[in-house]
Amino acid sequence: MAGSKSIDEPKFLELLFSRRAVLVALCVFLLIGFLCAFAGLFSPADPAKMSVRSRLTLPGADFWLGADAFGRDVLSRVLHAGRVSLIIGIGVALMASLIGIVLGLLAGLFRHLDAPLSRLVDAMMAFPDILLAIALVAILGGSMVNVIIALSIVYAPRIARIVRASTLVIRELPYVEAAHALGSSMWTIVTKHVLLNILSPIAVQATFIFAYSMLAEAGLSFLGVGIDPKTPTWGTMVNEGRQYIDQAPFLIVFPGLAISLSVLSLQTIGDGLRDALDPRLAKEL
Amino acid sequence: MQNYLFHRILGMFAVIFLVLTLAFAIVRLAPGDPAALMLGPEATPEDVVQLRERLGLDRPILTQYLTFMGNAVQGDLGESIFFKQSVLKTLAQRAEPTIFLSLFSLSFALVIAMPIGIYAAYRRGSFLDQSSVTMAMLAASLPSFFTGLLFQRYVATELGWFPASGYGGPDADFWERMRHLILPSFVLGIVNSSIILRFTRASMLDIMGEDYVRTARSKGMTEKRVVLRHALKNAAIPIITVVGLTFALLVSGAVVTERVFNIPGLGNLVVSAVLRRDYPVIQGTLIVVAALYVVINLITDLLYLIVDKRVKY
Repeated sequence: MAGSKSIDEPKFLELLFSRRAVLVALCVFLLIGFLCAFAGLFSPADPAKMSVRSRLTLPGADFWLGADAFGRDVLSRVLHAGRVSLIIGIGVALMASLIGIVLGLLAGLFRHLDAPLSRLVDAMMAFPDILLAIALVAILGGSMVNVIIALSIVYAPRIARIVRASTLVIRELPYVEAAHALGSSMWTIVTKHVLLNILSPIAVQATFIFAYSMLAEAGLSFLGVGIDPKTPTWGTMVNEGRQYIDQAPFLIVFPGLAISLSVLSLQTIGDGLRDALDPRLAKEL
Repeated sequence: MQNYLFHRILGMFAVIFLVLTLAFAIVRLAPGDPAALMLGPEATPEDVVQLRERLGLDRPILTQYLTFMGNAVQGDLGESIFFKQSVLKTLAQRAEPTIFLSLFSLSFALVIAMPIGIYAAYRRGSFLDQSSVTMAMLAASLPSFFTGLLFQRYVATELGWFPASGYGGPDADFWERMRHLILPSFVLGIVNSSIILRFTRASMLDIMGEDYVRTARSKGMTEKRVVLRHALKNAAIPIITVVGLTFALLVSGAVVTERVFNIPGLGNLVVSAVLRRDYPVIQGTLIVVAALYVVINLITDLLYLIVDKRVKY
């Protein structure tokens, strides 16, 4: 899995984009990211501006994606909500990777820590992700930072498992042994030899965690146990829209499609990355 | 074999012990006093003191931990603040819809995913294979609440084929209750079919390339017989693993789906418990579901022995 081969960049890109779906997914995701990151620039209206006269307006020239029950512009809200979802996704992918790398390295490098840490990871993975996230957010309180912390705790074990497994393999390789014999410090061995070689599987997993955490955050917000309901997120928009599903199904369709499209493109990129970094796995999809 | 079983069961108890410890720790992570948090801002200081005493929060943390573990081992997971009855009893009263919802959606997922996965591997690279890969990815990307709401609106309300929500009311008989679970199970089944489809296809691809499959073909065996007798039988192990693993996915999906279809199961209970700050119920649900997951994984491991005689421990 974690070969010591260096990645040949042009070949890697060629492999990555050999499936056209991966290229399309990357473009779609970058477009969504760009539009949401600069939501202030691209939004046609203030996402919080209410107008009784425009309530539940169908999509059209005035409101491209319609207006919600308070007459707020759905397109502007979808873009602003996307920013929150993306920040949470990136935050969780980074923080879960960091926690997972530390746990995995400790378990992989120090034999006496391996058994207790591995059991801890097993126990954490026994909790279904949404259930554990709900419990953690309920106890920590519903803010954006707490949702990121909760979801990072939920997903860190996935990274920890991969890092531990790869570290166990790399630890025994002759060049690591040689570095050790030459007097390299533990820090140098870990950062230069071990960590650099396990970056690919971590990157693949982090992309998937990015996707899962966007789905999980939407689920938490939909259930009303995520971040403050006053902040628009795709999940809260669907939750608010469900009351009007008979008159205005577009209120749930647009935020729902935004979540699905982002997650689908991220999963496709993750799959492409995995196949390009380890072609042996390509046949598994 | 006996040695393996012994170690596997010992490992399972170690994980359950850690699950209990984590569930104990989670409630103590609360910033401030858990008793004050549970009672909300309107509570008087006397109420808070009373609840602290009732939950044993005024005792040293080690004593609290030992009491918690001692009680848990005896099946006592505390008392619900809202229902004023034992957590286990509260969970048991809500378990039926969740159990059937999970079982039905797993069945739907298997019925959808297995034939497509097998056929996709058999016709590798074909249009159907490529579409199945895309469909699986799409199914995994759709939030279950989104699919659920759309099915509820168009299949239940508009076409009237299934009940749109609820569990049939207090007087509903068993079949009436199950009828209410068909649509939610189908929605949850779609989401879970994705991972089963991918695994079935991948395991079948592995097996189809094996020597004995080629031998079976060269002996003149019909393709149908090769796939069903040789390949499928040997692809069973990874498929069983993934069915065990989807349990966690099913429960996560059930929490959201129950909320969409207003089914009074464990998922709905836990979300209501969060809104009511009923921490013992949240903690109890976490413990029961995680323990079930660990046991199901042990069972799937043991199933390998029955399915594949070559597996020796």
